[in-house]
Amino acid sequence: MSDALLDLRDVRKVYGDPDTGLVALNDLSLTIRKDEPEIVTIAGESGSGKSTLANLVLGFTRPTSGQIMFDGTDVGNASAKQMKAYHRQVQAVFQDPFGSYNPFYRVGHVFDMVIRNFKLSSNKTEARQMMEEALNAVGLTGDDVLRKYPHQLSGGQRQRIMMARAYMVKPRLIVADEPVSMVDASLRASILDVMMRLRDEGGISFLYVTHDLSTAYQVGDRILLFYQGTLVEHGKATDVISNPQHPYVQLLIDSVPKPDPTQRWQGEIILPAEEELRTAHSTGCRFVPRCPHAQPACSAALPPAYEVGPRGHRAACILHAPPPQA
Amino acid sequence: MSEPVLSVRGLKVYYATPDGDVLATDDISFDLERGETLGLVGESGSGKTTATSGILRMVSSPGRIAGGRVTLDGEDMIALSDEEFRKRRWSKLALIPQGAMNSLNPTMKISAQIADVVRTHTGAAPDRARVLELFQMVGLPERIYEMYPHELSGGMKQRVCIAMAVALNPTVIIADEATSALDVVVQRVVAQTLAKVRDALGVSMIMIGHDMGLMAQMVDRIAVMYAGKIVEIAPVADMFARPGHPYSKILIESVPSLTERRPMKITEGITHDPRNPPEGCIFQLRCPHVNDGCTKPQPMRELRPGQTVACHRAEELEGAHV
Repeated sequence: MSDALLDLRDVRKVYGDPDTGLVALNDLSLTIRKDEPEIVTIAGESGSGKSTLANLVLGFTRPTSGQIMFDGTDVGNASAKQMKAYHRQVQAVFQDPFGSYNPFYRVGHVFDMVIRNFKLSSNKTEARQMMEEALNAVGLTGDDVLRKYPHQLSGGQRQRIMMARAYMVKPRLIVADEPVSMVDASLRASILDVMMRLRDEGGISFLYVTHDLSTAYQVGDRILLFYQGTLVEHGKATDVISNPQHPYVQLLIDSVPKPDPTQRWQGEIILPAEEELRTAHSTGCRFVPRCPHAQPACSAALPPAYEVGPRGHRAACILHAPPPQA
Repeated sequence: MSEPVLSVRGLKVYYATPDGDVLATDDISFDLERGETLGLVGESGSGKTTATSGILRMVSSPGRIAGGRVTLDGEDMIALSDEEFRKRRWSKLALIPQGAMNSLNPTMKISAQIADVVRTHTGAAPDRARVLELFQMVGLPERIYEMYPHELSGGMKQRVCIAMAVALNPTVIIADEATSALDVVVQRVVAQTLAKVRDALGVSMIMIGHDMGLMAQMVDRIAVMYAGKIVEIAPVADMFARPGHPYSKILIESVPSLTERRPMKITEGITHDPRNPPEGCIFQLRCPHVNDGCTKPQPMRELRPGQTVACHRAEELEGAHV
């Protein structure tokens, strides 16, 4: 167990009554190893449980059952003091690069706050050096940005500065919750590039929460796809996205608009009525109401994750159940 | 070619600030042909939404229409009195606003909000059958007639807004980021609804957005905006096969691929102060191919039939990567 950096064991989060409430995350197990920094993408549509997972890992909310272990510390039951130490190891970058700044303070203020909060340094020259190093890691320099106000920077720069702020603490894991979804397409690459550099040069792992499969394909090592709180498919990002096996993931990938006018969408998709989609108390596969391959057995029990390809590619769909042994 | 249904010439919308005017939309011209869907793309702040608020005469202080002509069905829209123009809104020129699903009144039933639009512009409320007909057109079930906005999902609310926009059989619909902020599958369903309604009614459409992938799926022609100017207009196939402007290329290449893992193109740089655009090409401060000629004015010129571009190096850079 000592080689696990983050280890989630059967983590379940239920909002409301544990028996009748909404299951936001259903018995998830996930391990990120210490010796192999990686970008793990957590993907799915709204309500799939991906932000719940981010909030659990950040310690903002506690699991209903199961355990979240980080390098031997039980995050779900940590004291306030342990949590502070934990946040030196696990940092966050959020979606909105406009809302993360106080518009009245210069950019340097976000770094001052972190240095003070974690007592990283009491020496001004040293503090400035730390800021410089962190900014250089994201391709910026202190002279360019520290004296500026947030509105003087582009969304892409602001988000890279947020990455630098997280990096300065020298964490081992960064939870990035939709870090590029509010940044213009032409500037997204710079943020994703920073994530890859921090992984390769800083040895930092990422939980990259997104609904955007194309960026996950470009930067993600592993991907986990969720539907209504359950993990439906996971594996290497390139394997899963180029060869999806779960009917939901197939629909999802086919719906990403291709930047090619000669390959337009074929066929019409009908969404069932909302109330038919609410399957919080279903015992079986959550995707049954929308699935073109649904059969009676699908509603009986949640299908296990069957092996569907190399490198740990698994999909929770009975279409992939191995044939019964003769 | 027949008369365009909507024609915009030299439209300027400026916002007054203490340090001078922000040239949010600066001298743009384009035509919308009958039955056509035109995509208007560009990054945040490029002036897409401001351009449409100019066309719809919805610019409010400190903004103003500083010049230009908008002709709809042969009629000069800018010269009309406010009251005369108000009658054209919705009935000839309908808008699906950005974040439309949050523009519904939370205290009014869906059916009442659609009826309200019709009554305001025709003086008579539509009957239940007409509202249900609109529901059917956009794929909404009858049972939402008595419902309130909070009872619907984002995709359904977005379809309510489409129903409102077509309620008066307009000639032109402007859809401002009509499918952003939706999950990809829902986005596809809403886009599909929009296309179906467009084809059924033969309406012309301007689709505003920033997602080149969605544009490739939906539109006939694309106009690319940067910092208040249109820098290129082309049929969608030409735009993707042979973009003429370096900025169009950057927009197309910045769509991450789902089939090929490749090093990402990093384009940084900050747009100039919109109060003080550079002399000559509007994109010169961020352009990877800038040279001395770029400080001269760059008027839109024809690169090939149907494709116009504001770049003096377009032929030379054809096929070159950004």
